[in-house]
Formats: sequence, C-alpha cells, structure tokens
Amino acid sequence: MSLNRVVVTGCGAVSPFGLGTKALLEAVWEGRSGVRLMEEWAEIGGLQSHLAAPVPSFDVKPLIPRAQRRTMGKMAIYATLAAQEAASDAGLSPALLGSGEVGVAIGSTTGSPETYQRFYEGFLPEMSVEGMRSGIFFQLMGHSCAANVCLALGIRGEQWAPSSACTSAAQSIGLGFLLVQAGRQRAMLCGGADEAHPSVTMVFDVVGAASRRHDLPISTPRPFDARRDGVVCGGGSGVLVLESLDSAVERGAHICGEVLGFGHVNDSAHIANPHESSMARAMGNALSAADISADAVDYVNAHATGTEQGDVAEAAAIGSIVGGEVPVSSLKGHLGHTLGAAGALETIVVLEMLKRQQVIPTLHLDHVDPGCAGVCLPRKIEGRSLQTVLKNNFALGGVNAALVLRRWSG
Amino acid sequence: MMSDSEIRERVRQVMIDEFELEGDGLRPEATLYDDLGLDSLDAVDMVVALEKAFAVKLANQEEVRSVRTLGDVVALIVRLQGEMAAGGNGQG
Repeated sequence: MSLNRVVVTGCGAVSPFGLGTKALLEAVWEGRSGVRLMEEWAEIGGLQSHLAAPVPSFDVKPLIPRAQRRTMGKMAIYATLAAQEAASDAGLSPALLGSGEVGVAIGSTTGSPETYQRFYEGFLPEMSVEGMRSGIFFQLMGHSCAANVCLALGIRGEQWAPSSACTSAAQSIGLGFLLVQAGRQRAMLCGGADEAHPSVTMVFDVVGAASRRHDLPISTPRPFDARRDGVVCGGGSGVLVLESLDSAVERGAHICGEVLGFGHVNDSAHIANPHESSMARAMGNALSAADISADAVDYVNAHATGTEQGDVAEAAAIGSIVGGEVPVSSLKGHLGHTLGAAGALETIVVLEMLKRQQVIPTLHLDHVDPGCAGVCLPRKIEGRSLQTVLKNNFALGGVNAALVLRRWSG
Repeated sequence: MMSDSEIRERVRQVMIDEFELEGDGLRPEATLYDDLGLDSLDAVDMVVALEKAFAVKLANQEEVRSVRTLGDVVALIVRLQGEMAAGGNGQG
C-alpha cells in the first residue's frame, strides 16, 4: 500500500499573546514574553509559584454562539477559535468539513480545570448537584475540546482526543499524520489546548520545578540558562490542518510545510523525571519514519521548559542525535509552557521559521548552563538555510515525542 | 407575593439572561423549542434558572414536561406561587 505524503495547509492559534497566529508570530519575532504575575494566586496556601502565561481575557460572546458555548470551558473555546482559524486558513469549505473525510485530533491535559473548580465549589459544601447547569459535564470530559470543535465546525470524520499533558498536541499531530498518511482521512485538524490554572502549576511547584521569579516575570522561564529556576505554565490552543498532498494540490491549497515523520515512545522509567535515552529514541524513530539521516536536520526545536533536569537531559539527547553544530532553541521563554497546546503552538512558529529561513533564539538565554553547552544555542535571530527540522515535546508520564517537518518549496 | 405581570416580566428576564435571547421574540405564544430555539439541555437549565429566580421547586414537577410555550412557563410559576401563598411548600 502506498502512503500519502502529508502537508500542512492551515494554522490557527490562541496564545498568551491573544487570538490568532498573527499575534503569536509577531510577538515571537519581536522577542516578547507572555508571562505575567498572577497576583490572585498569592492567596493560595502552599503555592509558591505565582507566574503564568495565560490567554488574555476577551469577549467570546460575539465569536461563538451561546448554544455551542454552553458546553465549552476556556480550553474548548480556545480550541474552537484556533480550529476555525486553521480551517479558514486552509480554505476548507463547509461541505468538505462535513464530508466525513476530515477529522479532528485535539488533546488536552484534562477537561477544563476552571470548570472543575466551579463544579466542586458548588458540589462540596452540601454534597449537592442542585443548581448545576447541564453544560458542565461537557466542559469536564476529557475529549471536550475535540467534541466541541467537531460540533462547532460541522466536522463528521474521525474524532480523537489524545491526552498526555505536555505532549497532547504533539501526539495529536502525530496521530493526524498517521491517519492521513494511511488514507483513513483526507485531512485532520490536529492540535491541543490547555488553561493556565493553579492546579496545573502546582504539579511543578510541589517538586520545586516551577519558577518563582515574581520580581521580574518577563525574565522567566529561561530554558538552557544557568540562572533558570523552573517552568511557567501557560494556556492557549494551536491547531494545524494536516492534509494529503494529493488533496492539497487538487484544492489548490497553500502549503505551509510537510510532515515527514513521527517518533513516539514511553521511557517506562519514572512518572516525572526526564529520560535522556528515551528522548533520543523518539528523535531517532522520527528520523527513521521520515527515512532521513540525522545529518539532514538543520534545526531542532526543543521542548526545554526551563527545568534543570529536563534541559540538561534534552540537550544531551539532541547532541547525541544531531551533534553540536545544529542550532537548537526553545520557545518556552516566549510562550511559557502551554502544556497540551505546546506542541501545536510551537510547531506553528517552527513552520514560520522554515518560511522565513530564520531561527528564533531561546528568549532569556544569557548564560548557557555548562550542562547544556554540548549543543548549538543561538542567542539572536539567525538567518539559516532551513529545510528539515526536528520538533520535540516530552510529557509527565514518561512520554517522548518528536516530529520531523520539512520546508515546502513547491 | 409577586403579581402575574411581575412574574411575566421576571420570566422574560430569566430567558434573556440565561439564553441570550432578544426580548422582542419573547411573546407568550412563543414555543420554547421551535420559536426560541431551545433544546433538552436548555430545558434543564431553564428549570434551574427559574427555581433560583422564584425560589420554587420545579425539578420534579410533572407539568414542567408539558410546558410548550413561554406563556405555559408563566402560568406554571403563577400557579406554584399561588400554592405556596396558600400554604403549600412548593415542592413537586
């Protein structure tokens, strides 16, 4: 059976910089940070990190009708807006979206944590569900983003919701790649979503891996930097339209890049600790799937979140695959760690790097940690010949994922 | 105790607030499903919102299931409020 080539024909984003891919890309190229101090978190007992990169508040009423909005928590709203932008960017008609040939893979860490909070605030005092609105369960369920996107966009193909915290979007893109490659779907809307919420930051905070640089929020997180002090969690959603090359050509669609390979392994070693050889195995598998050698890689977009263990392990893993000359950077300094959205939002930026032939450096990287010095870490925007890139994302639970993307030159 | 017209006005306001409806379409003869575009999930939320607004209990009321129009909703609230005023407890 011959496999389809898979290309990206549309992108959509809701990020710490607001609505739309334009806002995301402008902020990244201007070297801005989406991180801010969450003053209200100072009231939370035991929480020592009061930093986040949330999506700025906006009025959703004019954007999504009430009948659809009632079953959406924040993350599903983000996913729906990102999916609408991606579908529009790709020029997918309502008829094609509803044909059954287009599917969705959009994951998240959990259902909406803000809705969980609201539910239990009502439920626990009297152990009562009286007064609960009917839409609340649909905001809590694990496939809330994917289900709501299908409903809002009239999508009738396969519906998946890979849930694996920080690799949710990377897995979704990988899954979409496999489904389109195999011919099960003509196109897939792929990505992830999450919300900034103290219950998420807490996971990193309890092990001392969340940044506490409250005096200067826009200087953190600092991946690969000797003075980093941990992760900053964020929110948003990124969605990409993956489509068979034949379909894209037939439609005359604009092609943003090609997905060549996907590597995806579990380290089966520790629920939380990064695992260098498994990171390398994911990258190696992605290259094998793409049927290319490591010397074809022109750039690596790292997962690096600004934790000491994670950054050092990833730098070593990347070095073992591509050596010390290939430029490597992380986008967490700009975006924070948008968790389930990270793989997709970061991939959108990487596709723009391929288009502009420029490498975005790691924001706030001033003094490279000697433990990360085995790889090439650019300090300013660099013009480079970029054809083929690796994109990493790793997650709690031992999940390691890597994508191989290639510039589309027609 | 609220007058019938006060009840009618508050029901209208509940429908506007809960379902973001335009006041113009909220005529007594408007059907909840076909004219106002509500569905089974909305019906659950309407009961919750009305219970809160009028301090009555509707969730187990048999009549709730037979309500078709906005006028039916007002009539049901008027009757329940009357029963409460007459000494009932409003429980269905």
